[in-house]
Amino acid sequence: MSATTIGTAAIRTPFGEFWRRFRTKRMALFSLGLIVVLVLAAALAPWIAPYDQATPDYDALLEGPTWAHLAGTDTYGRDIFSRMIWGGQVSLTVGFLSVVLGCVVGVSLGIISGFFGGWLDGLMMRIMDVMLAFPGILPAIAVVAILGPGIVNVIYAIALSAVPVFARLVRGTTLALKQTLYVQASRSIGVSRTKLMFVHILPGTMPAVIVYASLRMGTSILTAAALSFIGLGAQPPSPEWGAMLSDGRSYLGVADHVTIFPGMAILITVLAFNLLGDGLRDALDQKLRT
Amino acid sequence: MLEYFLRRLAGTVPVLLAVSLFVFAFVHLLPGDPARMVAGPEASLEQVERTRAELWLDQPIWSQYVRYLDQMAHFELGRSIKTHEPVSKLIGERFMPTLWLTVWSMVWAVFAGVGLGVLSGVRRGGWEDRAAMIFAISGISFPSFWLGLMMIDLFSVRLGWLPTGGYGSWQHFVMPAFTLGSAVAAVMARFTRSAYVEVAAEDYVRTARSKGVTERAVIWTHTVRNALIPVITLTGLQFGFLLGGAIVVETVFAWPGLGRLLIDSVSFRDYPVIQAEILLFALEFVLINLIVDLLYGMVNPEIRLK
Repeated sequence: MSATTIGTAAIRTPFGEFWRRFRTKRMALFSLGLIVVLVLAAALAPWIAPYDQATPDYDALLEGPTWAHLAGTDTYGRDIFSRMIWGGQVSLTVGFLSVVLGCVVGVSLGIISGFFGGWLDGLMMRIMDVMLAFPGILPAIAVVAILGPGIVNVIYAIALSAVPVFARLVRGTTLALKQTLYVQASRSIGVSRTKLMFVHILPGTMPAVIVYASLRMGTSILTAAALSFIGLGAQPPSPEWGAMLSDGRSYLGVADHVTIFPGMAILITVLAFNLLGDGLRDALDQKLRT
Repeated sequence: MLEYFLRRLAGTVPVLLAVSLFVFAFVHLLPGDPARMVAGPEASLEQVERTRAELWLDQPIWSQYVRYLDQMAHFELGRSIKTHEPVSKLIGERFMPTLWLTVWSMVWAVFAGVGLGVLSGVRRGGWEDRAAMIFAISGISFPSFWLGLMMIDLFSVRLGWLPTGGYGSWQHFVMPAFTLGSAVAAVMARFTRSAYVEVAAEDYVRTARSKGVTERAVIWTHTVRNALIPVITLTGLQFGFLLGGAIVVETVFAWPGLGRLLIDSVSFRDYPVIQAEILLFALEFVLINLIVDLLYGMVNPEIRLK
């Protein structure tokens, strides 16, 4: 073993260290690749979708999968495979925006709460407790009930239910980081509170946040699809996966493919984000490992 | 123990007040005039004003809230805009089907989840472990509504073994309870496994093994019993999750429960029903959390002192 190898090992960057551990997780790497493919397919939908997703073809209603229509056609003769590619835009955008929104609000509240402590912390955490008392899809339905059905309101609704999850997580990490030597040292040389929070503490909370964000993407996509399925999310003729699947309900046993394929799209996407989240958790934070 | 119970009970008061405020504010957050919504689109201006007075909507807001709390305390939930029936009657009819659905889903999910979790923990690294964890990660990724439709397709439409939906005999429960419980079973399996693995590494488990306790007793008495303590909390939390999930599953199987009533009310903007349902769900969540805290206090005396 030469001295240079030891030298490089000693100055491995945090990202290098993470990558060294992450690349051994085959399932997570595969999922990451799959997500890249899904995102690219959705982004390139106008160019790669074999048919226009909205054009009806009344000569080809409810046709099963063929080489011409890989996933068959729906009640209007629209190509289901093309609609699945377009639907990826809706599902991935809804998932991404709701997670980012919930994450930014939650992380900010969590850092402020943990950093300042006292009555502010007490009040904020009680509010988060109330929000956390309602798990699953219910808070999203309550929000949609007020704002009205529609995909934009679904984003707000799902973001709102993600806020307390991130806030609690980041508050805990902030409390621990506040006591570390480097934060104490920065404070003693007069670094401002804003800088302490967002330059010195925020990066330390990121590993856990990234893991939860990935797992949350899966949950959010699933919730959005469920809301569309029960008629409160994306409205027809949007090619949203949950809404497409709902269309197929009346044709079970006659034209199963209308239900099967959009469901597989949801399953694969959600599974990929969950597996990625698991891999990230193992690679980023030993303490989060369950 | 009594002091712990009272403290927990007192802790629910702010939560309930916050929820009641939210549900009360709900009417005022909705776009449009609530008096107009209740009176109907064809009502004359006088009728709308009369409705406004009847609903106390012309009173100051704090007095409306006090009246609202008073009504809730007496289970006066108003009437449905859609059917004009009392909301308490509508909810009363739908309550039991949803309760039974969630209970049976929970029963199978706990047994399957804990069973798989323990199996996985005992055979850590083996093929049983891997198979169980593949089931678990799939279980949390499966869209419940899709799973339900696929089961209807196979067992009802093709094989004709089970009814496609509705409420009645035990056959009606099989697919909805399986669908609703599968995600919970998956979460339970993952959680039980990690709890088991953690406890299995404890010194007292090694001590038990080294003093010659049989492997069976090491697993069940020393490890599983201790690993199940955090699982109790999770079960409670998952109950709340099931109540939400029931809304989707009831839609798939045409189940005459609270979930479908809520969806119908949201689409119709039948706000007295929505209000009552949200309040009911909140009460259920608070009650479940309280029961979980109490159970936890019983099995783990350390908690009571905090």
